Amino acid sequence: MLRRISLLTLILLLLLGACGRSDRESDADAAGSNGEPFRVAIVLPSSTTDIAWSQSMFDSLKAVQASMGGEEALKIAFSEGMFRVTDASAAIRDYASEGFDLVIAHGAQYGNSVFEVATDFPETSFAWGTSSDTGAERGINNVFAYGAAANEGGYVNGVVASMLTQSEIVGVIGPVAGDAKLYIDGFIRGVTGVKPEAQVNVTYTGSFSDTSLAAEAAHVHIQAGADVLTGSAQQVVGAIGVASENGIPWLGTQSDQISLGPEVVVTNQVYDWANVINEMIAKIKSGEYGGTAYTLTFENGGLRLEFNEEIDIADDVKDAARAAIEDIKSGAVEQLENEE
Amino acid sequence: MTDELFTISTLIGILHSCVRLATPYLFASLGETFGQRSGVLNLGVDGIMLMGAFFAFYVVFEGHHLWVGVLAAIVVGMLMGLLKAFVSVTMQALQGISGIGLYLFGLGLSSLLFKTLIGSVEGVSGFRQVGIPVVSDLPGIGHIFFNHNALVYLAYIMVPVSWFVINRTTLGLKIRAVGHNPEAADTLGVSVNGVRYTTMMIGGALAGVAGASLSIGLQNVFQENMTNGLGFIAVALVYFGSWRTIGVLAGSLLFSLVNALQLWVQALAIPVPSEVAVMMPYIMTIVVLAFTARQIQRPAALARSYERGE
Repeated sequence: MLRRISLLTLILLLLLGACGRSDRESDADAAGSNGEPFRVAIVLPSSTTDIAWSQSMFDSLKAVQASMGGEEALKIAFSEGMFRVTDASAAIRDYASEGFDLVIAHGAQYGNSVFEVATDFPETSFAWGTSSDTGAERGINNVFAYGAAANEGGYVNGVVASMLTQSEIVGVIGPVAGDAKLYIDGFIRGVTGVKPEAQVNVTYTGSFSDTSLAAEAAHVHIQAGADVLTGSAQQVVGAIGVASENGIPWLGTQSDQISLGPEVVVTNQVYDWANVINEMIAKIKSGEYGGTAYTLTFENGGLRLEFNEEIDIADDVKDAARAAIEDIKSGAVEQLENEE
Repeated sequence: MTDELFTISTLIGILHSCVRLATPYLFASLGETFGQRSGVLNLGVDGIMLMGAFFAFYVVFEGHHLWVGVLAAIVVGMLMGLLKAFVSVTMQALQGISGIGLYLFGLGLSSLLFKTLIGSVEGVSGFRQVGIPVVSDLPGIGHIFFNHNALVYLAYIMVPVSWFVINRTTLGLKIRAVGHNPEAADTLGVSVNGVRYTTMMIGGALAGVAGASLSIGLQNVFQENMTNGLGFIAVALVYFGSWRTIGVLAGSLLFSLVNALQLWVQALAIPVPSEVAVMMPYIMTIVVLAFTARQIQRPAALARSYERGE
């Protein structure tokens, strides 16, 4: 009997060891706007270091924190790896009941949970994305929505790809069909806009996190003749490794991916959520708890195209990229409106 | 468009992908075969792989030799195997549940260590593709089989080695005896627990190398949960292969072949919806399992803990 009990304890310990992955700071009382730090909690579907979607938001939050004056001004609590919506839902509710000023649910899959909890906590502000739905039509006024016009950076990366490719074959590694559609559609338009005869091969791994399959997809694209690659979601770490090994240029999106392929990553479309976060905080402090939908674009500075400064990039490539950004800003690129 | 799939260069490409993709499955499922043949089901393979992947990566990231990284993965894998053996063999915990516990433990600990020791996703220079002299120049076959990195070759070498150990050595005889009839083995003076500890450590070591084959061989990065459930497929492949090394090899290759095929189908823009392409390997696995699920080879004492009667 004793043996069974000690065993159960051991298993429980093992489970606890694995589950205790969220980092919460629940010491402060319900925050006010004067003197007390503003408290933000965020629920992320993957890791804060996924060099993609989750990291883009987490890095932006950290940047806002630094600009506001550190932890005394802005407290951040986060739960990462919440790929199960039920777990995320529980975390969102926990944060709301702990009195956070703003609870961010960083995934389109969290929408239902957000609206459910938001109705129960009308004094707490919530934000979620990718979405443009703030629930205003249903009478909910404490939810912000946000998204990125990934097609814009996709287009610019496409222009860059068309200038880098010699084989006129470019490979794209997508996660789940549909999710990266904006980015990939923009990318294809960028490539074929400059080189109509170029071929863009698109593969989906069917997963956001299958790094093995993404790596193999990179091999496949290279063998099928592609000499420039791009892709999205956290799975691409595997693919960038392969691109690096083969010296194939990689065009990144969502976060800065240079650290993974210092010699092959040419550009990154970086999502900078800092302005969105600042605006939401300002609104909340003035008593407006939701109702606005934000979209990152080149125009509003939410999207940035970063070149890898450590490698030689031909001036005409840089010029073409910059021109493409200007074209998008001025509306010269047709049908690249931000549908959502 | 479909014609493109049947060109020689595409077929060679598919088979080359297949051979490479099978690597982590082979290591992990061969290791699992040792455990299951001795009667211990280890569902924690994925967690061990993550630990192996992390330590191999970390050691290489710190500037040590690639083989030191592999060694680190082996040692960590053996320790994880030891933990599993302690829980399942000595403490006689339910093997399935404790395996899941081990998986979550490996997942959590590898993420924690990654956050603390490295902090951001970085790349390393891993094992390079090395053509084996002479044979790699053979048309077709040379590229398919003999143009890979060292860990890929090692995975295939492990197939006959594992077969030999299980079927032609005293240790193998003991493993099979303990898996089929632990009482009888015990009567004959075989240490049931000793054998099971050994197989758990062999399995752990191989799962560790499976992880290393990802982090310093095929991808050259470490990311939290980078195995993405690959270890669970490896466990399924052992059932698929009817607990025989050759069956495990066939299963790994088949699963990888369909995966490689679906990637190529998409890359060549053959009009098959990508959702269907992505499902192919899994549909294939289910179909084959349904038709080949022979239980004859199943170790009779699988997933049963052994307590010595007085």
